[in-house]
Amino acid sequence: MGKIAIEDLAKIQEAARYKIALRQGAGRVRINVHMGTCGIAAGARGILTAVMKEIEARNLHDVIITNSGCAGLCSQEPMMTIEVLGEPAPVKYVLLTPEKITKIIDMHVLKGQVVKECALALGSERTR
Amino acid sequence: MAYRTYLMVCAGTGCVANQSMKIKDKLESEIRKRGLQDEVSVVTTGCNGFCAVGPLMVVQPDGIFYQLLKETDIPFLVEEHFVKGRLVKELLYTPPREKAPIPKMSDIPFFADQTLIVLRNRGLINPENIDEYIARGGYQALAKVLTLMTPDQVIQEIKASGLRGRGGGGFPTGIKWETCKNVPSDTHYVICNADEGDPGAFMDRSTIESDPHAVIEGMLIGAYAIGSREGYVYIRNEYPIALERLQVAIKQAREYGLLGQKIFNKDFDFEIRIVRGAGAFVCGESTALMASIEGRPGEPRAKYVHTVERGLWDKPTCLNNVETWANVPQIIEKGAGWFSSIGTGDVTSDAWGGSKGTKVFSLAGKVNNTGLIEVPMGITLRKIIFDIGGGIKDGKKFKAVQTGGPSGGFIPESLLDLPVDYEELTKVGSMMGSGGMVVADENNCMVDMAKYFLAFTQAESCGKCVPCREGTKRMLDILEKITVGKGTEEDLVLLEELSNMVVESSLCALGGSAPNPVLTTLKYFREEYEAHVKDKHCPGHSCRELIQYIIDPELCLGKGHGCHVCAKNCPDGAIVGETKQVHTIDVMKCGKCGICYDVCKFDAIHIE
Amino acid sequence: MDAQAVETILQNHPKDPSSIIQVLLDIQNELYYLPREVLEHVSKSLNVPLSRTYSLATFYKAFSLKPKGKYPIAVCTGTACHVQGAVRILEQIERELSIKEGETTPDKKFSVETVRCLGCCGLAPVVTVGKNLHGKVPMAKVSKILKQY
Repeated sequence: MGKIAIEDLAKIQEAARYKIALRQGAGRVRINVHMGTCGIAAGARGILTAVMKEIEARNLHDVIITNSGCAGLCSQEPMMTIEVLGEPAPVKYVLLTPEKITKIIDMHVLKGQVVKECALALGSERTR
Repeated sequence: MAYRTYLMVCAGTGCVANQSMKIKDKLESEIRKRGLQDEVSVVTTGCNGFCAVGPLMVVQPDGIFYQLLKETDIPFLVEEHFVKGRLVKELLYTPPREKAPIPKMSDIPFFADQTLIVLRNRGLINPENIDEYIARGGYQALAKVLTLMTPDQVIQEIKASGLRGRGGGGFPTGIKWETCKNVPSDTHYVICNADEGDPGAFMDRSTIESDPHAVIEGMLIGAYAIGSREGYVYIRNEYPIALERLQVAIKQAREYGLLGQKIFNKDFDFEIRIVRGAGAFVCGESTALMASIEGRPGEPRAKYVHTVERGLWDKPTCLNNVETWANVPQIIEKGAGWFSSIGTGDVTSDAWGGSKGTKVFSLAGKVNNTGLIEVPMGITLRKIIFDIGGGIKDGKKFKAVQTGGPSGGFIPESLLDLPVDYEELTKVGSMMGSGGMVVADENNCMVDMAKYFLAFTQAESCGKCVPCREGTKRMLDILEKITVGKGTEEDLVLLEELSNMVVESSLCALGGSAPNPVLTTLKYFREEYEAHVKDKHCPGHSCRELIQYIIDPELCLGKGHGCHVCAKNCPDGAIVGETKQVHTIDVMKCGKCGICYDVCKFDAIHIE
Repeated sequence: MDAQAVETILQNHPKDPSSIIQVLLDIQNELYYLPREVLEHVSKSLNVPLSRTYSLATFYKAFSLKPKGKYPIAVCTGTACHVQGAVRILEQIERELSIKEGETTPDKKFSVETVRCLGCCGLAPVVTVGKNLHGKVPMAKVSKILKQY
């Protein structure tokens, strides 16, 4: 890389923004994939990968993806919880498949509409 | 694919010494083993500050703080946290005297009570990657001054901010820049003083290790304001990691054209050279430092003519320390008003009227949470020591806090509610200094501590002027006499008289402040001096000639069952007794090394 | 004496009297001391009087005119280490090796010196052996540490 101009500062900043936002723990949306033993057995790893791919494809810079232990409802795995800043309560999604992920991210993360047919119930414990 | 999780592994000197690089390698290999290498990234950062619990790492974006890591912990940690999403409680931080661990870094009192300006990037960026500094807004302040501000406007902004020298003197930075700029000359120099010589102080090392570009950017802005094309960083040779990171940072800045000619295509050239110190405390003094850059012994000269007029190679030179320079980009970016809203006093009409911004301290000694902290000016010493520092180790009693290194003084418990402020600290006989803060507990002898600091400055005196060379030597002799129990009351009077003489007649600030530790201990802990002189007793149980080690027979046999460990370790063969019997110390043979006290697990050994 | 190493170091710095301290530092790092013939050679190359070079070599603590051991031991005596008993650690090392501060063991394996603050006060008391740093050193562990070398 050679000499940079003042305008390049903003470009470098933009390129690294997601990385830095994550390190500061700042994000609008937090997606938590439940990965207890039963979750992993039910395919939670594939779900986590699908979530990461979808976020990447949409170039979203304000979504934190994390994993946690068993959510305690093994029959409904794989599961994930989505928390959006400003929404009254987190939403738990159950019996997930990669196709459902695409829809949930389009509807809930981007447009703020809960995908009711995949949701366990509205309202859940908060993770932060 | 972007990573979902970052493991910010501390690679400051303290953690590296505790094998944090091995932790990093192990993390990477365990992550690869589980196929997570495209999801989880391991980043090495500068000093996190909480050196007491290193090696440590922070898991982002969740902000989970793992501490006291061992290589053998890593496989389990990776499996639990990054595969199964469960926190490993045993590796979280638990405050002293409490039971429940605190998972999040931001909830830990050590971090929660800090305000970060100078250290704002610590633990967030990889210091060896300029892009990450830029991502956090780096070099925007430089762009701002080069496009929107005249050199005079920059100086006005720094003046209005109330920034004062963080190396100890507290001289208003803006005034220094202005004076230097106004000296007509073909060449002006700027220097960054990174010769952090105070024992017990490591702020500047950590700042360079965690955010070297902040220092470089500060120097660039200063150079633009003053009209300088050439700068030096004078850095201690004892800081290999800081030196290396600074070299990398300068190289990267040069590649981006941020150092060199026509910076940002403006009519502004600037180059930085690194000069290593060779281990002389006096070289922290500006004229001595400049002599050392010129390749001469670091002896100070009388400052009838200030270095801003005639400094390095007799050219006008503006010298600031690492922390001062690192504050500059933030002041330009956020404005003087923002900066001066933090701190004490009012600097609108008088540049000396208050202490603004933050101060970085290295907290060491007998506190639970040793490490590096940045706090707003005006915070009380009590809050620093008992909230951030987590109180005194092993439940012992606080005795004194020493600020300002060998040039500073000891502050007793009665003054703990003192706000951290240049003038307030000077008023009680200490000083802000560069930021060393060492806590002493009931087991530290104040006479011994004063002797320690004086022995330091005595050894570091360059020998050029008589008051410092001879005066401190005679003072040290007296202190030596007192600590071996041969002092008299007249000695105390003479000690005080000599102290005042050395303060008043020394050539430079090294001698001028060397007696401070003695003067403050005489003022606040006179009863300890008197105990040594009159009763031949050391209240801190630390002066060897005045103490005896004694074994409590009941504890020795009752709790320890005559375990014999002390006798095995005693280098003098002074401990008599067989296993399962009471042991005793032969005082004639005992060399008072204290190893028995350390190794006894049953507290059976007492000092009297 | 490794004349080639000294020559390489001289080439890494501008041929100017002001470079002398930097050159001596590099030589000290390479050879662990400054032999007389090296000082003479450096003086000549950089056009600095030998008396000045000697003055520098004795003024600055980083320089040593005597050879050090294969593993130079440095006991930190900074404030934090002092309050945690650095003096007693030093004495224990002196006892273990039967040499005093500033001396080298007869087998040239260890030499002992004290240093001012290494800047990792959180780990006090601190001892470095060669390039390895040992933190929070308990007195009773000194002999175990030395046996590693």
